[in-house]
Amino acid sequence: MHDDVESTVQRICQSYDNDGRRLMDIVTDLHREYGCVDPEAMDLIARCVNVPRLRVQSLVSFYSFYAEAPRGRIVIRLSDDVIDRMHGYDRVAAAFCDELGIGMGETTADGLFTLERTACIGMCDQAPAGLVNDVVITHLSSDKARQIVQDLRRHGDPHQLVTSLGDGENGCDLIHSMVRNNLRKAGSVIFSPINRGEAIRKALSISPQEVIRAMKTARLRGRGGAGFPAGMKWEFARGAGDGQKYILCNADEGEPGTFKDRVILTERADRVFAGMTIAGYAIGASEGIMYLRAEYAYLKPHLEDVLRRRRIDGLLGETVLGRNEFAFDIRIQIGAGAYVCGEETALISSCEGKRGDPMTRPPFPAQKGYNGCPTVINNVETLCCVTKIMEEGPATFSDCGSDQSSGTKLLSISGDCKRAGVYEFPFGTTLREVLNECGGLEAQAVQVGGPSGKMVSPADFDRKICFEDLATGGSVMVFGPQRNILDIVHGFMDFFVDESCGYCTPCRVGNVLLKQLVERVRDGSGEPDDLDQMRRIAGTMKATSRCGLGQTSSNPVMSTLTTFETEYTDRVQDGPDGQRRGFDLAESVKAAESIAGRPSVHTGQDD
Amino acid sequence: MTPGITFTIDGKQVTAAPGQTIIEAADTAGIYIPRLCHKPGLEPFGSCRLCTVTVGGRPCSSCTQPAAEGIVVESDTDELNEHRRALLEMLFVEGNHFCMFCEKSGNCELQALAYKFGITAPSFTYQWQKHDVDASHPQILIDRNRCILCARCVRASQDLDGKSVFGFVGRGPNKRLAVNAEARLSDTNVDVTDEALDVCPVGALLRKHVGYKVPIGKRQFDHTPIGSDVEGEPAPDDCGCGGAENVCQCTQSE
Repeated sequence: MHDDVESTVQRICQSYDNDGRRLMDIVTDLHREYGCVDPEAMDLIARCVNVPRLRVQSLVSFYSFYAEAPRGRIVIRLSDDVIDRMHGYDRVAAAFCDELGIGMGETTADGLFTLERTACIGMCDQAPAGLVNDVVITHLSSDKARQIVQDLRRHGDPHQLVTSLGDGENGCDLIHSMVRNNLRKAGSVIFSPINRGEAIRKALSISPQEVIRAMKTARLRGRGGAGFPAGMKWEFARGAGDGQKYILCNADEGEPGTFKDRVILTERADRVFAGMTIAGYAIGASEGIMYLRAEYAYLKPHLEDVLRRRRIDGLLGETVLGRNEFAFDIRIQIGAGAYVCGEETALISSCEGKRGDPMTRPPFPAQKGYNGCPTVINNVETLCCVTKIMEEGPATFSDCGSDQSSGTKLLSISGDCKRAGVYEFPFGTTLREVLNECGGLEAQAVQVGGPSGKMVSPADFDRKICFEDLATGGSVMVFGPQRNILDIVHGFMDFFVDESCGYCTPCRVGNVLLKQLVERVRDGSGEPDDLDQMRRIAGTMKATSRCGLGQTSSNPVMSTLTTFETEYTDRVQDGPDGQRRGFDLAESVKAAESIAGRPSVHTGQDD
Repeated sequence: MTPGITFTIDGKQVTAAPGQTIIEAADTAGIYIPRLCHKPGLEPFGSCRLCTVTVGGRPCSSCTQPAAEGIVVESDTDELNEHRRALLEMLFVEGNHFCMFCEKSGNCELQALAYKFGITAPSFTYQWQKHDVDASHPQILIDRNRCILCARCVRASQDLDGKSVFGFVGRGPNKRLAVNAEARLSDTNVDVTDEALDVCPVGALLRKHVGYKVPIGKRQFDHTPIGSDVEGEPAPDDCGCGGAENVCQCTQSE
C-alpha cells in the first residue's frame, strides 16, 4: 500500500517534471486517485518537487476542494449561497444528511460518501444545485436528493446521474451535463455567430501596436467589474521589456450569483481563446493560461478539445497561421475552490502552485506577474470582446453602449424573477428595463455586482448598468418582498468569512466581527451602538485591507445601512415590553440555572 | 544632482534613497509610523496594515509602498490613527492575550502599541478561539494564543536562517502558524540560536529557561513608549531604574 502511494506520487510529480510551480495540478491529480493528500503524501510530494513539506501543507489547507483527511469516494458538495438558500437549500441539505445518515462535512462509515457545503458553484439560475465529484446536479429537491443517494448506492457512478441533457453544447459528448444555458437574450457582441479564425487573421495583418490602438479606440474596459481600460493594460505589459510574457484568462467566476462565463465557455470558447491569442500577439507573449475554477471542471474536456482543434487548424502552436515570428499556446490551470483566486494577483499565486494569497502591489502584474514576468490578466468576457473588436472593428463595438462604457454587458440574473438566466444588454440599460425583461419588477431589492456590490432599492431602479453608474461584473440577484434583507446580508458576510485568505488583519478579523454584529441585530439582540460599531469596522476594512476582497466585503453592510436603514434601526429599538426584541426571559433564566447548576430560587413561586 | 527622492510626510520634508519604502524613509527621518509585521532586515510583508498611510489621499501600507518623488504622505492623522486603533483591537479580540501572565509583557510590541493608542480594553467582541500550544521542543515554546500572524518568524527562518521552519496553514479566520513537520516543532530543524526566535513582536515564540531574565519594570517599553527609538528620544539615563530621565515613570526616579 505504501509503495503504491510512493510510486503514484512519483509518477504524478514526474508528469509535471517535478516542477513546484505545478503543485496545484499535482495535488489535484493525487486527489483523483486517493481523495486526499495525507501527511505521508505531503512528505512524498515535498521530496519529489524539492520544496519544504510545509509549502505543500499550506497549499492543501488553503483550498476548500483539497483535504488532508480521507474523504468518501464520492464527494457531494451542495452550493450554499443566498440564492440556493432561497430555493430550498436547507430542505435539500436535510434530505441528503438524512438519506446518508451523516451531518454536513462528514463521511459515511463505509467510506463511500462525503457531504459538504461549498460556495456558489455558478448555477444560481438552476438552484438549488450541487456537485457530485465533477458532475453538476441542478434543480434539486428533497425527493431528488434521496433519489440521487439511492442511485449512487446502486451504481456508484456520478456520471450516470445525468439522465436528461442540457441545451446547446451541454449535450455534447465531452460535456454531457444536465446544466442548461438559460441564455435568455443574446446581444450583438458575445453570443453573435462566430467566424472562427477571422479575428486572428485580421489582428496578424496589422502591427501589435495597432491591435492595442484598436482596443483603445473601442474603449474596451475590463468586464470583471473594475473596468480598467484593456488597451492601457496591454500597453504597460508590451512596454515592459522584450522577455517572456504571459496572458492569463480569469475563468475563476466565483462572485456569488454570476454564471455568464460558464455559458461563454460552453458556447463560445473559441472566441475566448482567440481573444487570448490576439492579446498574446499584442503584448508579445507566447504562452497563455486559462485559470478555470474547480466548480467548472466538467467543462475542461470540452475546452481541451477546443484547444486541440485550434492547434490542428493552425490557430495555436509554434507558427500561428503560418507566421514564423508568432508562437502561442494555451494551457488550462484548474483551481481548487477559493473565491479570492479571482483577484488577479491571487490568481497568479495559484497558477504558480502556491496558496491563493494576493501579492503585494506594486509591482503590478503588467511589470512583474506570473513567474516574475510581465503578465496581462483579462476576464473571459473581456477576451470575447477583444475577438469581436477584431472581427468587426472598434467603431462598431463602441457604437453600442453608454458614454464611458462601450459594448454590451452580460448579466447573470437569478433570484425572485420569472426568467433567471444570462442576458446580454447594451451598457446603459436601466435596471428597470433589466427587471422588466427577466420578470422581476416586484423586487424589494436587487443586489447588483454580487455580494461586494450594491443593494439597490426600487427608488433607484432607473439607474443604469454601466461603469459610470451601477458597475457590475454581471451578478444581478433579485429579492422579492418576502425576503428578509438581514438574512441576505448575513449570507453575504458568511461567504466573505469563508473566503478571506486571512493574510491581512482587517479582512481576516473584520468580516467575522461584522457577520456577528449582523447576526445580533437580525436576531433582535442588538443595540443602537452596534450600528456605529459596524460602520467603524467597515471603515477600517475599506481603508486598510490589502486587496479588493477586504476593501469591498463590508459593502453588503454599508450599502444596506444606507438604503435599508430601517431594517437595522427597527430591530435595535426596545420591544413593546421595554426589553430587547430578541430577549427571552425564560430562556435566560434557564441558561443561568444551567451555569449555576441548580434551579432558580424563584422556581415554583412563579408557576 | 543627488539621487535622493524628496517627498513629505505630515508636511515634513524627507529624503529617501532609490528603492526605499515610505516607512524606511520615515525611520531615517525620525518619523515613527506604527507597525507590527514590518521589521528592518526582513522582506516587507504588509499584513498587519498598521502602517497604513495615505499617499495623495489614497491608503496604502507604507512598509511595501516605494517612496516616490513629490508624493504627499499623511500618517499621523485622526482618521488613520482611528483605523490603527481598530486594527489593534481586532488583533486583541482575535487572539487570547493575557498581558499579566505573559512573559513578553513590557517587551511586547502589541501591548506597547495598545498603550500608545490609549486602548485600555477592546470594544469588539472577544472571539475566544481555541489555539494550540507547542511545548515539544526542549528549548523553544510556541503559544499560538498570542500569535498575530505577522510572519516575521516565517521570513526570518527562510531568509536569515536559511531554513523553512515556520509557515501558515488554513485560510481566513482559520489561518494559523505551522511548523515544517507533521505536527511538532521538535521534529523540525529549528535551533535555539535561530534568528527567527528573536523577531516575534509578541509572546508567541519564546525561548525556554530564560523567562523573566529582565524583570518586569526594566523592560523595553516600561519606560519609553514604542517608537521612541525611531523618534530619537535620548538614550535612557541611569536613574537606577533603567528608564529615560524625561519619560521615566518609575517611582524610584521621583
